[in-house]
Amino acid sequence: MDFASSERAGARPKEITSAKIVVAGGFGVGKTTLVGAVSEIEPLTTEAVMTSAGEGIDDASTVPGKETTTVAMDFGRITMADDLVLYLFGTPGQTRFWFMWDELIRGAVGAAVLVDTRRISDAFAPLDYFENRHLPYLVALNCFDGAPRYEPTEVREALAIPPHVPLIMCDARQRDSVKQVLVCVVEHAMATLVAEQGRGYPAPVG
Amino acid sequence: MSPGPQQPKDPRGSLVRPYAVTRGRTEPIRDIPIEAVLVASQSAVQEARFAGHDKYRIAVLCEPGAQSMAEIAAYCRMPLGVARVLVADMVTEGLLTLHSAAPKEGFSERMDLLERVLSGLRKL
Repeated sequence: MDFASSERAGARPKEITSAKIVVAGGFGVGKTTLVGAVSEIEPLTTEAVMTSAGEGIDDASTVPGKETTTVAMDFGRITMADDLVLYLFGTPGQTRFWFMWDELIRGAVGAAVLVDTRRISDAFAPLDYFENRHLPYLVALNCFDGAPRYEPTEVREALAIPPHVPLIMCDARQRDSVKQVLVCVVEHAMATLVAEQGRGYPAPVG
Repeated sequence: MSPGPQQPKDPRGSLVRPYAVTRGRTEPIRDIPIEAVLVASQSAVQEARFAGHDKYRIAVLCEPGAQSMAEIAAYCRMPLGVARVLVADMVTEGLLTLHSAAPKEGFSERMDLLERVLSGLRKL
């Protein structure tokens, strides 16, 4: 991609649109593995430093004993065209960092909640979160080797996943499988958008 | 998955308070979504030589092609909030061009984007 050449020619550089899909789930469920399976770059980590409630009000740099917490998010990139880039963001594993999730989902296309069937209860917190947000999401069961295999209907019942939320099986290590998860997220987002348009709902803001 | 090509943690992280490079400012002068991409203007690298080490690094990173806010923070090994303050300044100074994140309003705009993303994913 050489954007500079068009500038030199005097043409206005093309507007580049970026979209994002959020990959949520408990700690160690395979979010980064999933991102890495399709990303064109090795997953990167971006960190946000939190200085508790005083951020922006008190100056942390003047308080020697100030506690800071670092929240890490892994992400990957898929360049789809010279004017379109898709980013995949993994949520921080610790569910206490909800405020970071709020920033991540703002403007997102949709989300996939990754579930490990060996530790199914880890999925309750992420699922609760998305149930109360206006963002299309689906549930992807990550089938680890040797993991107990449940029927999707059993998992849906165990996690009380609403009927309108798609539930699919995947292998977070396999590119084709991950691709299918992302395709389903976007298709679900399109179906949701069409349904909302039909009902005259306001546009979701994430 | 291996942790990627990132270099070892910047030792300055424990020596310098995160917002020292922004002189204590924690609020960017404009909001920049984490996925929004930025491209360096033609003369950005040259001009950023005099804008400080951190802005220079950002200009160099965004010179060959678009990088998102998240990538800038990750590659420059700065916390997101710190990088965002610097990047927002650089947009105002004309060193970087901010491109748009996905449209949040308008049925046809949003549907067009979803269709393009879907087709891009299928081609992977």
